[in-house]
Amino acid sequence: MATGIDPQLLEKIQAATQAAKHAADSAQAYAEQVAAAASIASGGVIDPFIFRLTIFGLAVIVGYYVVWAVTPALHTPLMSVTNAISSVIVVGALLSTGTDPASGTGAGAARFFGFLALALASVNIFGGFLVTERMLSMFRKKG
Amino acid sequence: MLNANFAALLYLAASVLFILALRGLSSPETARQGNRFGIYGMGIAAGTTFLYQLPWGFSSFFWGLVAVGAGASVGIWRARTIQMTAMPQLVALFHALIGLAAVLVAASVLYAPQGFGLGIRNSIPGATLFEMSLGAAIGGITFTGSVIAFLKLDGRMTGNPILIADRHYVNIGLAALLAVLVFAFIFTEAPFAFWVIALVSFALGVLLIIPIGGADMPVVISMLNSYSGWAAAAVGFTLANLALIITGALVGSSGAILSYVMCRGMNRSFISVILGGFGGDSAAPAGIGEAETRPVKQGSAADAAKILLAAKKVIVVPGYGMAVAQAQHAVREMADILKSKGIDVKYAIHPVAGRMPGHMNVLLAEANVPYDEVFELEQINPEFAETDVAFVIGANDVTNPAAKTDSSSPIYGMPILDVEHAKDVLFVKRGLGAGYAGVENELFFRNNTTMLFGDAKKMTDGIVRALS
Repeated sequence: MATGIDPQLLEKIQAATQAAKHAADSAQAYAEQVAAAASIASGGVIDPFIFRLTIFGLAVIVGYYVVWAVTPALHTPLMSVTNAISSVIVVGALLSTGTDPASGTGAGAARFFGFLALALASVNIFGGFLVTERMLSMFRKKG
Repeated sequence: MLNANFAALLYLAASVLFILALRGLSSPETARQGNRFGIYGMGIAAGTTFLYQLPWGFSSFFWGLVAVGAGASVGIWRARTIQMTAMPQLVALFHALIGLAAVLVAASVLYAPQGFGLGIRNSIPGATLFEMSLGAAIGGITFTGSVIAFLKLDGRMTGNPILIADRHYVNIGLAALLAVLVFAFIFTEAPFAFWVIALVSFALGVLLIIPIGGADMPVVISMLNSYSGWAAAAVGFTLANLALIITGALVGSSGAILSYVMCRGMNRSFISVILGGFGGDSAAPAGIGEAETRPVKQGSAADAAKILLAAKKVIVVPGYGMAVAQAQHAVREMADILKSKGIDVKYAIHPVAGRMPGHMNVLLAEANVPYDEVFELEQINPEFAETDVAFVIGANDVTNPAAKTDSSSPIYGMPILDVEHAKDVLFVKRGLGAGYAGVENELFFRNNTTMLFGDAKKMTDGIVRALS
């Protein structure tokens, strides 16, 4: 029963709560200051975009060296195979085709675009790898 | 539902397989293995996405299956039936599909970001909107640009440059408009702005490619290859998908390198090619002896056979004319007969012979010419001096010594095949007309040159008959 509590005790509890709140506030302020200092030192929390950009940049460099190593005799198959692998855009097409129809107003439109993109990417996946295989099987050595 | 981290690792595995696919092409022996790595990578990427998107509703699964089935049948049919001479057209068409797919995927992210874990409509992060519009713009340019390239390569549209008045200003204006629209789109997230971006990009794609002549198509097709990669990478940034980012970067740099190799093969700057207005269809028939009065030595198939039989060493130089006439099989038959008589036969390929990089190599391989008889320019040029007959079929500018001697010539500085050093030169050509660069070839008028006027296939068939 609230009426049974000693008013003095109640006052003490209130004071303690105040103190705790004050301590927490200052701790928060200190933490923020420390975080800001650390952030300045480390350049801040790295945005995921920068990670992606790093991967992209490294992949461009890998591509540069790998493609220069391709023999000029196989430049046409190189083009058809790069074409085939760029149809990995099928990932996006599958995600939109598989969007839950009840998930929002635009879902219907998104699924329709996904359906079209999936068909286009499929042409490239099957056609691209198959035509590359057909070309490469013609390259034979003497004898 | 697949764990997102696990899915990311699988996408990385797919990307590594794609890198190995390109690595395999460093030699014809490992190339088929490489192509298989590419197939595995695609299987992993598609399979991962399928599992990640579980559970599939019935309608999604059904329509997905319909789309894959329809696309696969068209793809398999084209891949099986396409003629090797028509490979540039097919590749151009495939680029167009990637470009359009990029636009469509960007559009579906805009309409239902929740399906991609990118928040909800009208509160898509600005960075994502930027990446999305970039994907749509590059994809749009790739789409229509490639369609135009296809029409030109397939002969459904003139291969000559189509020049619109003030086209550079129009293009710069459209590009500026595109930049403004992208900003408007980032701030409003309006589907209207998105579709205008797509339409302006479509227009820009058409305008960028129509002024470029048929003979510059090897650069155009490589450039569009590169664009399709950058479009895929931009969509990859939008979806935060590793496989798309890495693959887009690989394809983008591959196309860029091929464009560079092609430009170097023509000694033209990339800028001058893109600005267009140069080089129509060299395959267009030119009247015999047109506007030229100096005498040339003409010969028949029988004369050519006599010259060839007297030789110890023959180098065949094929060009686009051979592809147009489908003469590669006849050429190989001719070479077989010569080889059976103990004559050494090799093939010399100029980097820009044909309508796409490496086009001639594929045609010769199709005609069962072993790839170790086929040589690149740097490898074979020193051998012409000890060659008895250079048999040039359907090529012209790539043999023109003016590229080395005449600094006023438009092809000055272009690397050429040194057929002039051979004891005898046979030119199979439809007529005496100049090449695509509009330059006279001094070689035609030399004493040791015999011109064999006619269709490349008919002439070579005639030589085969005369030899046997």
